[in-house]
Amino acid sequence: MKLIYEKSVPGRRAIRLPALKILPAAKIDKRLLRDEPADLPELAEVDVVRHFTALSRLNFSVDTHFYPLGSCTMKYNPKACETAASLPGLADVHPLWPQLRRGGLLTQGALQIVYETERMLSEITGMAECTLQPLAGSHGELTGVMLMAAYHRDRGNKKTHIIVPDSAHGTNPASAAIAGYEVVSIPSNPDGTLNVETFKKALNSETAGVMLTCPSTLGVFVSNVKEIADAVHAVDGLMYYDGANLNAILGRCKPGEIGFDVCHLNLHKTFSTPHGGGGPGSGPVGVVEKLRPYLPISRVVKTKDGTFSLDYDAPKSIGYIAPFYGNFGIIVRAYAYLLMLGREGLRETSNMAVLNANYVQEKLRPYFDAVAAGRCMHECVFSGSRFGAHGIHTLDIAKGLIDRGIHPPTIYFPLNVPEAIMVEPTESESRETLDEFIEIMIELAEKAKTHPDELHAAPVTAPVGRLDEVAAVKNMDLAYCGE
Amino acid sequence: MSHTNFCVASEQDKAEMLKAVKAKSFDDLFVDIPAEFQTDAFNIPEGRSELEALQTLRGLAAKNATNLTNFCGAGYYDHFIPAAVDSLSGRGEFYTAYTPYQPEAAQGTLQAIYEYQTDMARLTGMEVSNASLYDGGTALFEGIMMALRTTGRDKVLIDEGVSPIYRTMLRCYTRNLSIQYEEIPLAKGLADRAAFKQKLSKEIGAVVVQNPNFFGSLDDLTDLVAAAHGVGAQAVFSVYPLSLGLVKTPGAMGADIVTGEGQSLGLPLSFGGPYLGFMTTLKKFVRKMPGRIVGATQDEQGRRGYVLTLQAREQHIRREKATSNICTNEALCALRAHMYLSLLGKQGLVDVAQCCASLAAYARERLCAIRGVRPTFEQPFFNEFALTLPRDASDVVSALIDHGIAAGFPVGRYYKGMENVLLLAFTEKRTKEEIDLLAARLEGNL
Repeated sequence: MKLIYEKSVPGRRAIRLPALKILPAAKIDKRLLRDEPADLPELAEVDVVRHFTALSRLNFSVDTHFYPLGSCTMKYNPKACETAASLPGLADVHPLWPQLRRGGLLTQGALQIVYETERMLSEITGMAECTLQPLAGSHGELTGVMLMAAYHRDRGNKKTHIIVPDSAHGTNPASAAIAGYEVVSIPSNPDGTLNVETFKKALNSETAGVMLTCPSTLGVFVSNVKEIADAVHAVDGLMYYDGANLNAILGRCKPGEIGFDVCHLNLHKTFSTPHGGGGPGSGPVGVVEKLRPYLPISRVVKTKDGTFSLDYDAPKSIGYIAPFYGNFGIIVRAYAYLLMLGREGLRETSNMAVLNANYVQEKLRPYFDAVAAGRCMHECVFSGSRFGAHGIHTLDIAKGLIDRGIHPPTIYFPLNVPEAIMVEPTESESRETLDEFIEIMIELAEKAKTHPDELHAAPVTAPVGRLDEVAAVKNMDLAYCGE
Repeated sequence: MSHTNFCVASEQDKAEMLKAVKAKSFDDLFVDIPAEFQTDAFNIPEGRSELEALQTLRGLAAKNATNLTNFCGAGYYDHFIPAAVDSLSGRGEFYTAYTPYQPEAAQGTLQAIYEYQTDMARLTGMEVSNASLYDGGTALFEGIMMALRTTGRDKVLIDEGVSPIYRTMLRCYTRNLSIQYEEIPLAKGLADRAAFKQKLSKEIGAVVVQNPNFFGSLDDLTDLVAAAHGVGAQAVFSVYPLSLGLVKTPGAMGADIVTGEGQSLGLPLSFGGPYLGFMTTLKKFVRKMPGRIVGATQDEQGRRGYVLTLQAREQHIRREKATSNICTNEALCALRAHMYLSLLGKQGLVDVAQCCASLAAYARERLCAIRGVRPTFEQPFFNEFALTLPRDASDVVSALIDHGIAAGFPVGRYYKGMENVLLLAFTEKRTKEEIDLLAARLEGNL
């Protein structure tokens, strides 16, 4: 499809501004101005609308396709949440208004949404308090590790490293490094859970903490978490909970009650805010009581008369992790979702998420090598190794799914599973959709043996076939330069 | 029967599926979670219908001010958003997709980001852009880190004209890192050349500036960039992208890394987010750049297509040695910015910028005619400027709220000794009549 720049016609316009009437044009010294206008496209509104509508139709999305992308929790995003976020009284509020004197009056509704969302998320995670400032999951991780660093600094603890199992998301070690810690990576058990022996060897008085994903990235609950937590707490270390997989235990188990001290959530996973093609996300962080003094400022507080205001009085705070109160538009969507979901919906979510994953796992077990011998949690992981004899790799299965109208699962993650295929159906998919997916996967497993060339050629129905990623790196064509 | 519409399985489905996985009940699926860890005590309100939930939200929205005439900017601006931006970015094919890991199933998102990268490179006068970062503040932090990686140094000089909101964020981010940075006070509202030159040395890795600066002042920073390059340091800019409809680009001043807040490009103020951090640079530095990058390539049939590229920089490959921990970014906000720039087009962006600048020029003249009010700095400006009032600016702002006006941002909170200084911003949404009303109310409340 042509680039929008290739559709440009000199002099064509889409948007016109009101005439300035009476006012003379501002005269700014020429040396401060650009020589020529930026070479942006020139199109009519209808051209722009058709361009983006056509682009949108090249995408797979939750609204158009089953999207079982493991670890990403691609659940359906209710439309009411979109309506809520675009209400003028929410979308048009300037973030500095509550910081003006008496400005709190201007934003009581917005502050109440932040406050109540914090309360609900604290309750769900079993934490004392929660900040909504972090702008994505990995940003929440960074915030969480910075809170740990602030705690240790305040206590005069000499801490140098954080322990991260090798099955963790790459953002875990990357976040720990930016917070100034060395990362001690330890091998995991085959099911992705922490190997207690290697862990205890790595643990010492300089351990700032441990970052765990629970259930693990292989979808297995870390049942010895209490033992791990006790060992970490014995050296005044802290337990970090990566909430990427919270959907599996929602309404059944609170990280704050099983030994974790700090956790981040992904509102764009568990709380159904849309993924946006790669953001915006939101990564709230909850903490237990002893970490409360270090939370980012400002904090939204409820005063005795029931009004809401901003509090900056936190001398031990890590400071400003975001310019304001977080990705408010995303918070509003999660708040609307929580209002509709309600208490009884929490457990229903994890029940169905886990049932759907187990259903897929059991139905596919004869055809793919399931990593879990028994049950899984909200996602199931297979290895595609058995097709190696036919020259078929997991990538080929993934591309075959595209031709059958299904977005591929996550592939080649977790790193410790060869040819990994990670399926997360989520609670919002019907049994009919799962059955169709299962049928197609079985067909692809058969095709891998009988017609491997067909899978090598896939996808053939997509707008493009497999793209040359090596050439992309070599040529580095990162912006359009004209003919 | 389900409590919500979010799970679609019928009771019969549930029973049959449980049977298929050899479970007697849902509890059976969770036996790996030790019983003492399980709870059903959740103090959360009961679920509401869509109608009730939206009524609640409308009620909360009504508690916020909706009819204020807003002159408060300070880096976050109340610009007009063409209707097509909301309607197009509201297409589920865009907003319910995820990061384009499978390029054949995401050419829409990928091509749009490639086009966005082109927009941003052209707008800032640079060669390449990444696919987005969180916001202007985090983008500036990432830009500084990138400059330090490239130069192998750990000292930073930062102009006090850089947004104090960003500078407080930088303090938070650098707390645990071995980075030293020094803030250079302004001279007459602009970057203090003499002070910078005195502090520049072979240890400085980054010189950090903002244009227009927090007080709205415009500057040609070419000489300062050259001085930075003279000691082997990189020049890191933060810019207001909409101003680049008119204003000299950082690229033309010799910048190495350009960052900024993209909110002005088609994103609602939305009480602080989601916004759009952007970053552009020169091709030779691209391997040090954080965040996702989209590149053009071909398939076997020679058809043009787009992929996430240079991924060896990123956390999912490099883990703790990655250029950044960023994963999810602000793709939908970048898409909106690209839609906005496509609708405004080459001349439209110039017109919007000219409109803002002209309203601000009128306002400055009109407001400075008020007895006791004077410009804080005698410097050229784009759409924002600071006024020194005869009394505490916070008190004045407080008084004008009762007249339905958010008169501006009192800068005393961030700059000691400037309690009487008010920062006012003007966008194309303001009118001459509104400015005249502001002047009248201001005069009546001094």
